[in-house]
Amino acid sequence: MTTKLVIGLDGEGSGDRALDFAVDLAKRIDGCTLVVAYVIEWSPYSFQTAEENAQRHKRREEEISTAKERVVTPAVEALQAKGLEAKGIVRHGDVAHALNAICESEGGHQIIVCRSSEGGIASRIFGSSTANLVMSATVPVTVIG
Amino acid sequence: MKYLQRGLFATALTLGALPVAAQDAMTLDERVNTIFAEFTGPFVGFIFSSLPGTNFPWIVLWLVVAASVFTIYFAFVQLRFFGHAISLVKGDYSDPNDAGEVSHFQALATALSGTVGLGNIAGVAVAVGIGGPGATFWMILAGLLGMASKFTECTLGVKYRNEYPDGTVSGGPMYYMKKGFAERGLPGGGILAVLFSIFCILGALGGGNMFQANQAHAQIAGIVGDYPGWITGLVFAAVVFAVIVGGIKSIASVTEKVVPFMGLLYVGAALIILLVNYDKIGWAFGQIFVGAFTGLGVAGGFVGALIQGFRRAAFSNEAGVGSAAIAHSAVRTKEPITEGFVSLLEPLIDTVVICTMTALVITISGQLLVDADTGLYILDGSSIATVDGNSGVALTSAAFGSSISWFPFVLAIAVVLFAFSTMISWSYYGLKSWTYLFGEGKVSELTFKIIFCVFIVIGAAASLGPVIDFSDAAIFSMAVVNITALYFLMSIVKQELKSYSDRLRSGEIKKFVH
Repeated sequence: MTTKLVIGLDGEGSGDRALDFAVDLAKRIDGCTLVVAYVIEWSPYSFQTAEENAQRHKRREEEISTAKERVVTPAVEALQAKGLEAKGIVRHGDVAHALNAICESEGGHQIIVCRSSEGGIASRIFGSSTANLVMSATVPVTVIG
Repeated sequence: MKYLQRGLFATALTLGALPVAAQDAMTLDERVNTIFAEFTGPFVGFIFSSLPGTNFPWIVLWLVVAASVFTIYFAFVQLRFFGHAISLVKGDYSDPNDAGEVSHFQALATALSGTVGLGNIAGVAVAVGIGGPGATFWMILAGLLGMASKFTECTLGVKYRNEYPDGTVSGGPMYYMKKGFAERGLPGGGILAVLFSIFCILGALGGGNMFQANQAHAQIAGIVGDYPGWITGLVFAAVVFAVIVGGIKSIASVTEKVVPFMGLLYVGAALIILLVNYDKIGWAFGQIFVGAFTGLGVAGGFVGALIQGFRRAAFSNEAGVGSAAIAHSAVRTKEPITEGFVSLLEPLIDTVVICTMTALVITISGQLLVDADTGLYILDGSSIATVDGNSGVALTSAAFGSSISWFPFVLAIAVVLFAFSTMISWSYYGLKSWTYLFGEGKVSELTFKIIFCVFIVIGAAASLGPVIDFSDAAIFSMAVVNITALYFLMSIVKQELKSYSDRLRSGEIKKFVH
């Protein structure tokens, strides 16, 4: 049976620590597949102008392309260069909810993320993405400090 | 940035000329008003001409009949699919893989930001000020029936939109007129599309621009004291210019976020006033029902109340006008009819809920003067006499102010933001019509945007009467063309409705587990 680990990246340097931990773990497990996930924060309940709506599909494609190019593909290639099986996924949505959804749809066994780099009032009131993920995930979550 | 620099330079020149212009300010306003009234008079006269032998404008009948026809033809779709519309807005039927695209909620919110605004504040005051509380009854009825018109046009808007290779979309009545008629083998779709585009440009310059600037100025002048309208017009024009030409999206972005909160604040304040005066709510509804059929002494009797109610409802929720089809067409869905369901919530929120709140507050506030002996309203010309002689947005402001003394200041901010938000929305609708006629391209787009900004100044300087008449006439002209097309295309919507209903009933269309 293949073990799948989902690694959530936030585009910051701290994501490397999550990747290093996942590589170390994968090497100890036989037949492990790594899924590198990047979630673009987005809410279906935000307000936009008519012009923004008209261009939304185009912008979405650009956002996905940029995320793949700058974050996900380099990470996947680095993992593959180390002889590991890896794939990348980019999604829009609430980070905690989307990471868990990716893990469920991919049949993942564990989610690995770095400690949240968010700050400010919003994270104090609503909680950080990492804290929300830990509280709502349906699989074990490892948070790298 | 270069546009900003040019704007600053132009502003400096304008400010230099101000002392000279200020001496002649009132004359300038009056001159603009006279020229404007003369120029638009024949057009306005035709649109609001009465049916032979009556004083009932044919355009009002046109809208009411259309909304009634769609309601019956789609077997009261606004009632049968109301719950489903709520589920769609909640995202129950949205594919998680489409996350990041325009959601049903966003399309609805964008369309609402173009309709919720001065129509709900000033327009209702105009309706109640002339037609009495009874106008509210007809306004609510028009809102409920208008839900079916909105459903029809927005379904077609999504179905026949243009999707370009770069991922952007353009939709609206002009597209369904051209493509829908061609698909059905009917002639004249292209001509209707051109006519609609012309009227949409006029509507964008009238109701979507001049009316907004005019009422925003009235509100600001009511707070800081009277001053020439062209000054407000210039400031508004500069800010709108910065957004639509200069591309300073942050201003529009902030407005789009603040406006919904102002809307909630407005409804919240109205609710508080109604709760505080809970003992008068029954009486106010009594005035609305009795006034709807007797007029309670207003000019034109119950017909006067009916005409005002329908006129202002149509101006406020724009059902059948076609503007919402432009806004809703950007949604990401595989089923065009789902956006039709969502759009039918628009007249409900706009007219049935918000307009009714405004009307109730005005009625309860006692701003409308009643003859103690007869119980009928006292007339001042063709309008009902008010405590301070207020009309339009000033009447709403006074009504809210009689219960919450500081609320006129909040209302002033809300009016300015609503006006600005509506202008941004309508500048887009007008632009889409303009580019449909004259083609896409920077020069073409810039030309329209400059014309749009010039009309802001004219709108702020002109007096209320000619501006409201022209605004209504331009918007109702859109409805004439749009509803004509909807009659020819409604069978397509019916097919879509049947197909969707069957699949929904059979379980083929399912809710997604989020």
